[in-house]
Amino acid sequence: MSSTSKRMRVLVATGAIGTAMGLVLAGCGARAGDDTAGAGSSAAAGCVDTSGDTVKLGFLNSLTGGMAISEKTVSNVLHMAADEINAGGGILGKKIKYVQEDGATDWPTFAEKTEKLLTQDCVAAIFGGWTSSSRKAVKPVVEKLNGLFFYPVQYEGLESSPNIYYTGATTNQQIIPAMDFLASKGVKTLFLAGSDYVFPRTANAIIKLYAAKLGIKIVGEEYVPLDKDDWTSQVAKIAAAKPDFIFNTINGSSNVGFIKAYYDAGLTPAQTPIISVSIAEEEAPAMGHEVTGNYASWNYFQSLKTPTNPKFIQSWKAYPNSSGVTSDPMEAAYISLYLYKALVEAAGSFDVNAVNAAAKKNTITFDAPEGKVTLDGENHHISKPGHIGRINADNQFDIVWASDKFIEPDPYLEGYDWFPADIRKQLTDAAG
Amino acid sequence: MTKKPWISLGGIGVFAVLLLAVAPLVLTDHWLNNLGKYCCWAIAAVGIGLAWGRGGMLVMGQGVFFALGAYSMAMHLTLETAGDRIPGFMVLYDPLAPLPVFWEPFRSAGFTLLAIVLLPVIVAGALGYALFKRRVKGAYFAILSQALAVALAVLISSTIRETGGDTGLSDFKYFFGFVLNDPANRQMVYLIAAGLLIVCLLAVWQFYRSRFGELLIATRDAEERVRFLGYDPANVKLVAFVVSALMASIGGALFVPIVGIITPAEIGAAASILMIAGVALGGRASLFGPALGAIAVGWGQSSLGSTWPDGWTYILGLLFIVVILFLPNGLSSLPARFTGRARRTPVEQPTPAIAAAELEEVRS
Repeated sequence: MSSTSKRMRVLVATGAIGTAMGLVLAGCGARAGDDTAGAGSSAAAGCVDTSGDTVKLGFLNSLTGGMAISEKTVSNVLHMAADEINAGGGILGKKIKYVQEDGATDWPTFAEKTEKLLTQDCVAAIFGGWTSSSRKAVKPVVEKLNGLFFYPVQYEGLESSPNIYYTGATTNQQIIPAMDFLASKGVKTLFLAGSDYVFPRTANAIIKLYAAKLGIKIVGEEYVPLDKDDWTSQVAKIAAAKPDFIFNTINGSSNVGFIKAYYDAGLTPAQTPIISVSIAEEEAPAMGHEVTGNYASWNYFQSLKTPTNPKFIQSWKAYPNSSGVTSDPMEAAYISLYLYKALVEAAGSFDVNAVNAAAKKNTITFDAPEGKVTLDGENHHISKPGHIGRINADNQFDIVWASDKFIEPDPYLEGYDWFPADIRKQLTDAAG
Repeated sequence: MTKKPWISLGGIGVFAVLLLAVAPLVLTDHWLNNLGKYCCWAIAAVGIGLAWGRGGMLVMGQGVFFALGAYSMAMHLTLETAGDRIPGFMVLYDPLAPLPVFWEPFRSAGFTLLAIVLLPVIVAGALGYALFKRRVKGAYFAILSQALAVALAVLISSTIRETGGDTGLSDFKYFFGFVLNDPANRQMVYLIAAGLLIVCLLAVWQFYRSRFGELLIATRDAEERVRFLGYDPANVKLVAFVVSALMASIGGALFVPIVGIITPAEIGAAASILMIAGVALGGRASLFGPALGAIAVGWGQSSLGSTWPDGWTYILGLLFIVVILFLPNGLSSLPARFTGRARRTPVEQPTPAIAAAELEEVRS
């Protein structure tokens, strides 16, 4: 090597590293303990532009990957709701212009697209997500940028955020009604089967606590990863345990493998029925097996007789690319856009802080297909009716049990004395 | 390249100015953060270029080392955010359980930084020693490394209480005492990533022009002959493999504060193959090819993936096929093709690693 190149190398290397160091030091911002309350929120505040006759909203759903089968429907129904609202004059007189993004069933992608929608597209609010993992990826980003996220799927509760509105059920609106139903049927033994991720794990922790209070014995608990379909050995344990009922918190296509193993093992709905919290009208016909006679716990069923349900079903059936059946998560997504419209109109502004203030000050309601829901302005969840349906031969659900009134959302289960206070405290502390 | 080292060095200089000075000025916060993420993949890609492009080891499981760095960093940031409490996700699964023992040392910033450097060196060192001394190579090595990445991803997915499982680790508030939400600090993290990418490029540049670089290529192209000359090819390959593992770990460690979340999907088979794809597209044996390829694939994912969610993977696949068929040395060999100055220097000879290995097996 020549001496010129050597000197040049040293020069360039020193230059590059020196520049890097200088920039890095110049770039230092707030440190832990500094008052940084407004550090992030200021970035997004000035970006949303509603001065024209449109308002931009972001739809964030997995259009590719394993969850696409479910989330495409949510995306579609959001488009339908936007079209309906636009036909009715928009929100505060402004037409919705939506930006559709693909979460690709990949949680870091959900985080990246949330940031893109809020800082590049400057949307006023984001609607979407399905898995709890996707919501947990979005949460820190909307909190950092002070954005709004509307989440439409039933979930494990024990969460609240000033930047998220939850239009699906929390545990006391789906899991607890299911347990009440089982108790009313005189169930004595229960087997828990779930996918191995945050929702089933947390739901089952709650089920075990409540079962102890109800006098129901948990005779087994099995988990299989979300993307695995083989349930043979786990179902063999169920067959051996002979429970009165199986509580199924499996999500997605793993249900197909579970149902197959269930019938292969000679189990039947007459002797060992299943109650599911993830199988709805869309999924029932896709199980690859007759599932008639099994149960599901939801707030909305297509078979519900409410004033607004027939119109919702009719609009959906007529909508391009629709699946033809309505289900709970898509109904909750439909609610989310109308709830946002009601919030903005109560606030008279698209500003996030104004919307949150309006949620606290006003009683926000919407005549949803599941009935008239009311927003809780403090915890950002909505009241819902509890329903248990039994699958009939048409893969529709016959309503066999209903809560006597709309259930107020209680994400931290504060109204339930069997939920230990020290666990609640640990959870709220950890949530910061 | 071998004849005019200062051209490459000048290239690194230009690249450094673009990444460290121009990008922060012209890009929005969002795109700068995205570029930071691509830089993390690029750091891992530079290592793959060294191991695969120059060393002929098709490292299909760099996600393993990416994970070692990423999870070390993520555990530290999670604990830093949680303070003296138990991290939130653990409370959710098992409210009253104590912190797992292996998390405890990651409270220390020093231990974390040491782990990011030493863990991949130890793991790759032990693995490489066992494999290369037994002369495991070619497709067998590739399959083994890929299987490790799959196994690790499954392990993390199934230990939900200890590692966050499929949901991963996220919601970090601080980065070694700096508030992560502050745009100035995020720029700082970007600059660290971009700066380390430049350092890695300088390191491999020095490697490639040293005697070791020559020996590595010799080992790739004719391992038996190198052995007859009195060198131990296993040691040569071991060094390249360990260095590439270290780079993957550094890339993974910086990925965490930049992206804000790490999940098993980012380290499994698909992610590991995507890292390889970037390197192949860019040109595996060239100095800049792997880094530029990784940045291009990352950019494609963010921007084309937005425009055509369904089409992007097909575009990438098609591009991959076209490059393998018509440009075995990657897109970085394109200029030379056009100007007709395709110098057939030893380093740029199209010698697919597996084919060479198979040839040797036939010979022996």
